[in-house]
Amino acid sequence: MTKTRASGRTVGGLRTLSLQAPAVTLLLLWMIVPLGMTLWFSFQYYNLLMPGMTGFAGLENYEYLLTDPALWAAMGNTLLLVGWVLAITVVGGTLLAVLFQQEFAGRGIARVLAISPFFVMPTVSALVWKNMMMHPSNGVLAWLAESIGLPAVDWFSSLPLTSIVIIVAWQWLPFALLILLTAMQSLDEDQVEAARMDGAGPVAIFFFITLPHLKRAISVVIMIEMIFLLTIFAEIFVTTSGGPGLATTNLAYLIYIRALLDFDVGTASAGGVIAIILANIVAIFLVRMVAKNLEE
Amino acid sequence: MTTLNSKTAAPHSVSGWRSAQSKRAIITVLGWSVALVIFFPIFWMILTGFKTESAAIADPTLIFSPTLESYQAVQARSGYTRFALNSVVVAFGSTFFALLIAIPSAYAMAFLPTKRTKGTLLWMLSTKMLPSVGVLVPIYLIFRDVGLLDTRTGLIIVYTLMNLPIVVWMLYTFFKDMPKDILEAGRMDGASTLQEVCFLLLPLTLPGIASTGLLSVILSWNEAFWSLNLTTSNAAPLTAYIASFSSPEGLFWAKLSAASTMAIAPILILGWMTQKQMVRGLTFGAVK
Repeated sequence: MTKTRASGRTVGGLRTLSLQAPAVTLLLLWMIVPLGMTLWFSFQYYNLLMPGMTGFAGLENYEYLLTDPALWAAMGNTLLLVGWVLAITVVGGTLLAVLFQQEFAGRGIARVLAISPFFVMPTVSALVWKNMMMHPSNGVLAWLAESIGLPAVDWFSSLPLTSIVIIVAWQWLPFALLILLTAMQSLDEDQVEAARMDGAGPVAIFFFITLPHLKRAISVVIMIEMIFLLTIFAEIFVTTSGGPGLATTNLAYLIYIRALLDFDVGTASAGGVIAIILANIVAIFLVRMVAKNLEE
Repeated sequence: MTTLNSKTAAPHSVSGWRSAQSKRAIITVLGWSVALVIFFPIFWMILTGFKTESAAIADPTLIFSPTLESYQAVQARSGYTRFALNSVVVAFGSTFFALLIAIPSAYAMAFLPTKRTKGTLLWMLSTKMLPSVGVLVPIYLIFRDVGLLDTRTGLIIVYTLMNLPIVVWMLYTFFKDMPKDILEAGRMDGASTLQEVCFLLLPLTLPGIASTGLLSVILSWNEAFWSLNLTTSNAAPLTAYIASFSSPEGLFWAKLSAASTMAIAPILILGWMTQKQMVRGLTFGAVK
């Protein structure tokens, strides 16, 4: 390295520090303060409706939460929601990426149309699907079913969680497609051509060349989606409000109910801690992967 | 940059040419059908916005006499522009502050890297992974106590911090791609850091900064967890306004569609323009 580098190390270090200070300080505050408070509240008796009852609660909030059947229903729903949406978007996204990688007339426009749902705000997606698509008597799906002689489905009463899965998958399929399509662009065409010359069919090429090439992009999609899908909120808020019963209450919605509807700050915070732990398990893997990428 | 090598193999015979033709036709039909099915709900919503309320709930049809009735009603009854203005102020305000805070930080990371730079970057990324719902309670209580509930300032603060890690990361990747020689040359000519940043770095990386800003605007515009929980009426942006159509007495499909179309149109267009950069920002450079 040059001389300026060596002599300017401490000065440069100081400069780096001062330039980074605003961003680092703000993010540190944004992370530490609420996190610390959530953790603190989770060990306190704190209900806005019972102002007299305060003080250290030990593990009681956690005990209350962990023995609450609602928590386990919410955990189950969260898992089902995340699992199904992941399965649909990753499998669908991969297949669509292969399709949209082929050349055809108007491919550019078709791609743009297919990724559009990702840019639609969640409250709009949810309400458009709930009313205009899935309405049991006036929705497009009911009309389609009836026109081919099938009974219309009352989506949100008979298949509430499935309905949410469909809406969320519709929003995130384009995300998977967008990322995987980008990853496809670095696929070595010569390698594909060589395989084709050697007599490999399209299926073999997909499994032995395309899929291994997409491996990393697919895992990135899975992890990023998991982090967002763990806390799906708006789609549930505007369609089912977690019901009927607890059928569509996920962890995020349960915490919202406990905090802002029941005013039970302590229990809600304990739920928050659980959500943070779950998200962090995923996050560790994602951060590792990005770190590896930084080294290259 | 990647060079696209899209030459297809030369057809070897007439029959090969025929099967290539029919394969092309199948792919064209398939590709377009999939795209149209995925886009259909958006298309249908745009269409419904131009219907009357009674036509909106009638049997689906493409033939109807279009009207702007619903658009006028949305504005007259609820004051659409008020919510749109909140969205604009909050999205652009938070983007402005995020860029302001992130540019020096990204500059330092790209051009004055230390041993800790990589760690700092990864730590910033990890703050993005804290689920919002985990900190809903404290943020809500703090905002209540300092009077930031239902204010644009409150939302701007939250969105600035929410997008800061992504903005720093994206700027960092754009700054890193810039040839170092140009900055060196500027320094040789006696430019100060501030001059270097203002006259060399910013103009040269303007496209990158612009797409970073656009991504931040898109994310803030569409954010619906904090806007639903921290606003009620005064500062409610479009995400929260649209949510008000979910009440049973508010099931006016044509009006919902008209309001939704106006709410998503600008972002849809911005999204189409910045797809490539979106990938960079959303995957933290892990997919190129």
